[in-house]
Amino acid sequence: MQTVVTNVQTREFVITAIAHQPPVQDGRPVAPSSDPTTARTSLATMWKIRRFEEAVDDLFARGLMHGTMHLSIGQEASATGVCLALRERDAITSTHRGHGHCIAQGADLTRMMAELLAKESGYCRGRGGSMHIADVATGNLGANGIVGGGIPIAAGAALAYKMRGEDRVVASFFGDGATNEGAFHEGLNLAAIWDLPVVFVCENNKYGMSFSTEFSMAVPHVAERAAAYGMPGVTVDGNDLDAVHAAAAEAVDRARNGGGPTLIEAETYRWKGHSKSDKNLYRTREEIAEWRERDPILAFETKVTESGLLTAQDVAAARDEATEAIKNAVREANAGVDADPGDLLDAVFAPLDTQDVTR
Amino acid sequence: MSTLTLGKALNTGLRKAMEDDPKVVLMGEDIGKLGGVFRITDGLQKDFGEARVVDTPLAEAGIVGTAVGLAMRGYKPVVEIQFDGFVFPAYNQIVTQVAKIHARSRGKLPMPITIRIPFGGGIGAVEHHSESPEAYFAHTTGLKVVAVSNPADAYWMLQQAIAHPDPVVFFEPKRRYWDKAEVDLDAAPPPLFSSRVVRAGDDVTLLAYGPMVKTALQAAEAAEAEGRSLEVVDLRTLSPLDLAPVEESVRRTGRCVVVHEAQTTLGLGAEIAARVSESCFHSLEAPVLRVGGYDVTYPPSKLEEEYLPDLDRVLEAVDRSMGF
Repeated sequence: MQTVVTNVQTREFVITAIAHQPPVQDGRPVAPSSDPTTARTSLATMWKIRRFEEAVDDLFARGLMHGTMHLSIGQEASATGVCLALRERDAITSTHRGHGHCIAQGADLTRMMAELLAKESGYCRGRGGSMHIADVATGNLGANGIVGGGIPIAAGAALAYKMRGEDRVVASFFGDGATNEGAFHEGLNLAAIWDLPVVFVCENNKYGMSFSTEFSMAVPHVAERAAAYGMPGVTVDGNDLDAVHAAAAEAVDRARNGGGPTLIEAETYRWKGHSKSDKNLYRTREEIAEWRERDPILAFETKVTESGLLTAQDVAAARDEATEAIKNAVREANAGVDADPGDLLDAVFAPLDTQDVTR
Repeated sequence: MSTLTLGKALNTGLRKAMEDDPKVVLMGEDIGKLGGVFRITDGLQKDFGEARVVDTPLAEAGIVGTAVGLAMRGYKPVVEIQFDGFVFPAYNQIVTQVAKIHARSRGKLPMPITIRIPFGGGIGAVEHHSESPEAYFAHTTGLKVVAVSNPADAYWMLQQAIAHPDPVVFFEPKRRYWDKAEVDLDAAPPPLFSSRVVRAGDDVTLLAYGPMVKTALQAAEAAEAEGRSLEVVDLRTLSPLDLAPVEESVRRTGRCVVVHEAQTTLGLGAEIAARVSESCFHSLEAPVLRVGGYDVTYPPSKLEEEYLPDLDRVLEAVDRSMGF
């Protein structure tokens, strides 16, 4: 399926392949591990996220990429499972650790890589970078360098859908650290009192930079906080694609049918440091090793091969497809034109003829 | 022609903007059933419904953050901040999101948000209810900042700000809400981001905006009785600044005094003084002088007249300028 979007700023026509449609059978969501096509595409998505971030890690290490980046390696199942439950016209808000959300939501890998490489062909013409990619065509309203920044924005986008009577849903990704921010409280309360179609997805990876949730919260689970807003709260194994998808599908369905927001806590772990400067002084090697044992991709591969849904060749093919796609993305993105510092002023404000843009 | 108070002119302007564009949505604390603390949104929820005039909880960051999402999805939110000091809980959202998203997304995500803020003192309120925070916003790239001084500007500039595609922080002089004037509802208004000479004169150029325009005009009148001719410019737009009329005036008078309620240190006056000194250096007979609030926390209401620039302080600065 393709959609054509006009960028009013540059007047370029962007053709975007929508990567996902939620798998449904008899009106009920199908678990990724019970349908071969969904299993294959989900696996390929998770591998694309991992390979993309491994490539980013490598480019940084070799001094070929600038700035900073936040990797979500080890967290691929939460982004993939949630976005799999969304429909084509739904939206997401993302975080500083947002490559996975962007890819799972169907972003073009070359344009994404070009954005990180500060190329004109990037999603934000190379000015957003890793932390501020917005891919409006796939409903990605933007990664955000402010922790908790996307939460009230998601409530607002959902309010827009509700005002227009559209049955569209917004999934808002954030980490455990964001749940201690004021924006979390205000955003969830507004969404709850107005019954907004939002699914709040907390990817609890145990650490806000170096600070453990053990010390940053007085309750064991983020999901318990949902009670304060009168919305359902559920904790799932964030490294279990089926579990994430099941919780998300139920929450998306409730949101779409006027049942209001849900808070999902997906417990997961980032294998890499907070950002490229992190020396991992706040956690033990044993802890990291323990979580690497719980690799979400390997877990899913084991599950679907043991059940006979996919063969070892299918699994290898999905991984190879991802590896190849990322290699191509790096090559094509590198061939792009560098962002021109002379154009830095050109989008600070809107051109006057964009007054009547409706999205 | 209608005779309107400044508050009623804003109310009428909001009504017109909502009639003209169904995408205009009002959000704020107590703006619906109550019609706002200053009644600026009086009657609008009754006529446009609860979906377009949204009563919100006390959650300034949530309100502005939600407005960002609404703007991304095609609406033109108009947010009321109840009192100037209450904008600070929303400051994070305004500076980190509202001001930056258009540039960050290279224009793919529009931000046509209007943030209305009643500002300044003189109504017997206190700290957090009498402040002038305009410089914080004028300093921030990605925001536009205007301040109105009279009913006609209130009516037109509010509509222009709402129709404008960029985020506009819209300052309303709360102590002038009850001032009345004739408003021509059919006249073509001047451009939003333009300054205007509101009284012609030859000796000193007096710059003001918002509540201080009236004070400056009164000062000009008092000075005339003493044989001095003051030219008064209503700046109207604080970011971008429109200094062309100012420079034209200063090149004739050779003297310039800037007046605002906000603290003098690093206020708008400092920026204006720097720019005018640079552009009119060879015409100046005296340094550009500033009249503003003192560097103190806004005082209790019993003492606020000591804080607020008044006729005497403006005229004293005029004297100093003439003395060079």
